[in-house]
Amino acid sequence: MDYSAIFTYMYTEIALIAVIVAALLYDLIAGKRGRKAFHAFMCILMLLFIAGTIFPYHSETAEIFGGMYVYSPVAGIVKSVLAIGTLLVFLQSDSWLRREDTEFKRGEFYVLTLSTLLGMDFMISSGHFMMFFIGLELASVPMACLVALDKYRHNSAEAGAKYILSALFASGLMLYGISFFYGTTGTLYFDDMAAGINGSPLQIMAMVFFFTGLGFKISLVPFHLWTADTYEGAPTAVTSYLSVVSKAAAAFALMVVLIKVFGPMTEYWQTLLYIVIILSITVANLFAIRQKNMKRFLAFSSISQAGYIMLAVISGTPYGMTSLIFYALVYMVANMAAFGVISAVEQNSDGKVGMDDYNGLYRTNPKLAVIMMLALFSLAGIPPFAGFFSKFFIFTAAFEQGFHVLVFIALINTVISLYYYLLIVKAMFINKNDTPVATFRSDGSTRLSLLLCLAGIIVLGLASCIFDGINLYSFGI
Amino acid sequence: MEYTILILLLPLLSFLLIGLLGTRLKPVAAGAFGTTVTGIVAALSYWTAFRFFGAGRNADGIYATQIPWNMEWLPFGGNLQIDLGILLDPISVMMLVVISTVSFMVHIYSFGYMKGETGFQRYYSFLSLFTMSMLGLVVATNIFQMYIFWELVGVSSYLLIGFYYTKKEAVAASKKAFIVTRFADLGFLIGILIYGFYTGSFSFTPDASVIGTAKIFLPLALGLMFVGGAGKSAMFPLHIWLPDAMEGPTPVSALIHAATMVVAGVYLVARMFPLFIEYAPAVLHVTAYVGAFTALYAAVVACVQSDIKRVLAFSTISQIGFMIVALGVCTSADPHEGGLGYMASMFHLFTHAMFKALLFLGAGCIIHAVHSNEMSAMGGLRKYMPVTHITFLVACLAIAGIWPLSGFFSKDEILAACFNFSPVMGWVMTFIAGLTAFYMFRLYYSIFWGKENKELHAEHTPHEAPMTMTIPLIFLAAVTLAAGWIPFGEFVSSNGQAYHIHIDWAVAATSLCVAAAGIALATWMYLREDRRVADGLATRFSGLHRAAYRRFYIDEIYQFITHRIIFACISAPIAWFDRHVVDGFMNLQAWIAEKLSWAIKGMQSGYVQKYGIWFLGGALCLTIVLLLI
Repeated sequence: MDYSAIFTYMYTEIALIAVIVAALLYDLIAGKRGRKAFHAFMCILMLLFIAGTIFPYHSETAEIFGGMYVYSPVAGIVKSVLAIGTLLVFLQSDSWLRREDTEFKRGEFYVLTLSTLLGMDFMISSGHFMMFFIGLELASVPMACLVALDKYRHNSAEAGAKYILSALFASGLMLYGISFFYGTTGTLYFDDMAAGINGSPLQIMAMVFFFTGLGFKISLVPFHLWTADTYEGAPTAVTSYLSVVSKAAAAFALMVVLIKVFGPMTEYWQTLLYIVIILSITVANLFAIRQKNMKRFLAFSSISQAGYIMLAVISGTPYGMTSLIFYALVYMVANMAAFGVISAVEQNSDGKVGMDDYNGLYRTNPKLAVIMMLALFSLAGIPPFAGFFSKFFIFTAAFEQGFHVLVFIALINTVISLYYYLLIVKAMFINKNDTPVATFRSDGSTRLSLLLCLAGIIVLGLASCIFDGINLYSFGI
Repeated sequence: MEYTILILLLPLLSFLLIGLLGTRLKPVAAGAFGTTVTGIVAALSYWTAFRFFGAGRNADGIYATQIPWNMEWLPFGGNLQIDLGILLDPISVMMLVVISTVSFMVHIYSFGYMKGETGFQRYYSFLSLFTMSMLGLVVATNIFQMYIFWELVGVSSYLLIGFYYTKKEAVAASKKAFIVTRFADLGFLIGILIYGFYTGSFSFTPDASVIGTAKIFLPLALGLMFVGGAGKSAMFPLHIWLPDAMEGPTPVSALIHAATMVVAGVYLVARMFPLFIEYAPAVLHVTAYVGAFTALYAAVVACVQSDIKRVLAFSTISQIGFMIVALGVCTSADPHEGGLGYMASMFHLFTHAMFKALLFLGAGCIIHAVHSNEMSAMGGLRKYMPVTHITFLVACLAIAGIWPLSGFFSKDEILAACFNFSPVMGWVMTFIAGLTAFYMFRLYYSIFWGKENKELHAEHTPHEAPMTMTIPLIFLAAVTLAAGWIPFGEFVSSNGQAYHIHIDWAVAATSLCVAAAGIALATWMYLREDRRVADGLATRFSGLHRAAYRRFYIDEIYQFITHRIIFACISAPIAWFDRHVVDGFMNLQAWIAEKLSWAIKGMQSGYVQKYGIWFLGGALCLTIVLLLI
């Protein structure tokens, strides 16, 4: 075969591997002074990586490795979104990594994070279930290490254990489902398999099992139970990575497989998603109301957001795909902003993450409080922030396909979500506190990341060119 | 001419910068920055005007409309879309010059007037916001963009009227202004929507082919748009907010409530003029009657007010009435045959902006000197404030329509247009012009001549205003002296062709006589310290005097309608329903959510093995459900 095709179409993954190798080498070679610049080095490297790969180079789809790997422009866009999310996480993680007990693990953090990113990139570009599964696992296993990176902290170790156990369980079920498909159709290629899909009871069960694997990643109810414990225990930077990047990749991969492979079973998976969406949004909202810990709270908020993302998947149209990517992007900046604030507060106040600790934050740290408020407004979907538009597009996508009741239920749930998002705003702005978080000045790279997120929250919705730009590529999946 | 976008961006930048930095900026720095930016904007506007008119007429003999900058902002599918852009044509260029000039003068003036006020920076940032909005309104490329900036103008006006937000009257006035204009804007919005729906476009100049089917709805749409214009331009009966708006700082009154914002309604009608004249001439004539009635009403009320800013406010209402009348009496687009009013209206808008800003700024100097708005605190001020006195006199002569000041020329064109339309309209407007002369000179004599309030002046000797305040006065007075000689018809006319202004001496002589009579009457009644005649008249016709002083009870009628009828009979029952039925339902929902939330608590137990059971159990249940359906 012509190996040049690898470089022509797999450029994102190749470049990412180069970045990983560079990080590994730097970690090995760098002296004491060099390590101080590690953070800047990685951020610049990521920036170069994003700059080089942000726009798809080719406008047509292509298969390499005999169809194992499928290049499509829209997947390229998703990869760019994921890479931007990773960069934001890197920016926010510096003050945490600077701590004495984590300083020596800095290199591990970068390499592990980028490995999961590589896994996700492979997963969303795969054309074969084997490739898909390897990508998924490449994204899962290093993730468990990341979650347990603070391994001497009980919470973190426990979170890692819960994550890896749940992940194993999910992977097991998923493999089981895939094996049924292999048995009934005799192939693992996406394109060939679609011909053998007939909606027999066995295949229905297999599809549900397959779905659980990704449902776990996206943390949809009832596969979500690990989420809150893991989010709470994991280091905040990892939590924010987990809640955004990992979710977006899995949601996109799910949509691709459902349309491409399970096209003949559309009514079944639409019903499945229908149930799961209602469950996810409602149950997560009900739990979110009562949370007292910011990270747990955002865990449940992220579950309900995942439910909204599925509204785009259920539509199964190119428009739905555009709105999915757009939603992921908007959700990313808003959630990263929220986690960035949480992380900053945590690092500068000896680990305060309780909701009560945020009482009176506006008095002492007005800028952080305002950023947090705008992020929550965006998450809740209040105009004119980006979250309003992304929700609007998602609802439109589902509504157009006739899911009127579902959209209505989702709308009611946005009202409930508004309640708990506003609880935080109330805590920060109105509630009194005798011992509020002391005024502090966070480090430069956190401030930069928050500024970027803030810009995203305000600009993404208003600049229609972004949505149109994504829409341009949303075909040929 | 792409640089014209800077005319909007610079004030916006200044608003954001001064607004965000707030008190971290020194007051002087904020003021200097805002003023410099406005100065640059003014320079750009002049340059734009120079380039635009300097480019000459095209083959059709008109100044071609230019759109140097345009962006598709919100497409709706079909042909309907909202653009944001900049449109340059004779009237928008003329407005650019007017707005930036007056705004620049007000910026300079405010240095002295607002000195030492708390919120100096806030004041300047709001001024920049207003300037940006107003400039955006006039250069709008389509009716929807105009509406956006229209509302922005409303907001900035609200912010500036309520600038002294600790003062109860100011807060009430700002709310009143906002609500009344907003109410009118509802008409505007509905008009826009009808227009957009039936013509499939928000353009000012839609294709005739599109209009064909929409013809019957155009009068309705245009009429509703005029309602919005009437709100902003304070036409009867929506004028009630303008006198109260005088609670804002005086330079703001000069900028917003005299020279620029209040003429937005006139500008709107002028903008839609081609459509009005072609498809809805009847509606256009209705506006003329509304304008004429407003002019008369406001002039009568202005004759008896005792607060100098209120006199000026009613005089503004009356003068805007003149402009609306001039537009409304047009019967064709040809300036030689019934289209003269268009040019006259725009001309008057231009000259009025200058001399009314001058009057307000002069009033500001006077208030600054005696610390009161009431005429009773003034009298005999000519000795103390010579510059203010002379410039004020110039403005009074101009508004009264005395040759050779600018007001004479523009008013003469308006009266000529009215006489062309119908003699009755002509005579009515001439009479109002006489009234104008009378009340303006009543004001002038009461301030600068008449009986001096010696007690007050002994306590606190009035003094001439500082240079920053007098320089704008002198500049505007110079403009007022010279503006009449501008061959305005060469630049702006109803069909874009050059129109040579020729003074109709019969009309001019009549209006000069009437104005002179008004001035003579005022001189006789108010020049001397002894005001026997005026007081005697006030007591003899005390009922009429009181009614006029109370502005013919229009505010009370509004009060009655809103409080007794709308609030008591409609709002109260709805409020009850909302509080008990709607809220009750919501509380029930919240209660259910709370209970459910407790009920499913056990799911999140923290044991990973139980999570596994939920996981598998969930997957199996989903499979069964899918198999069953």
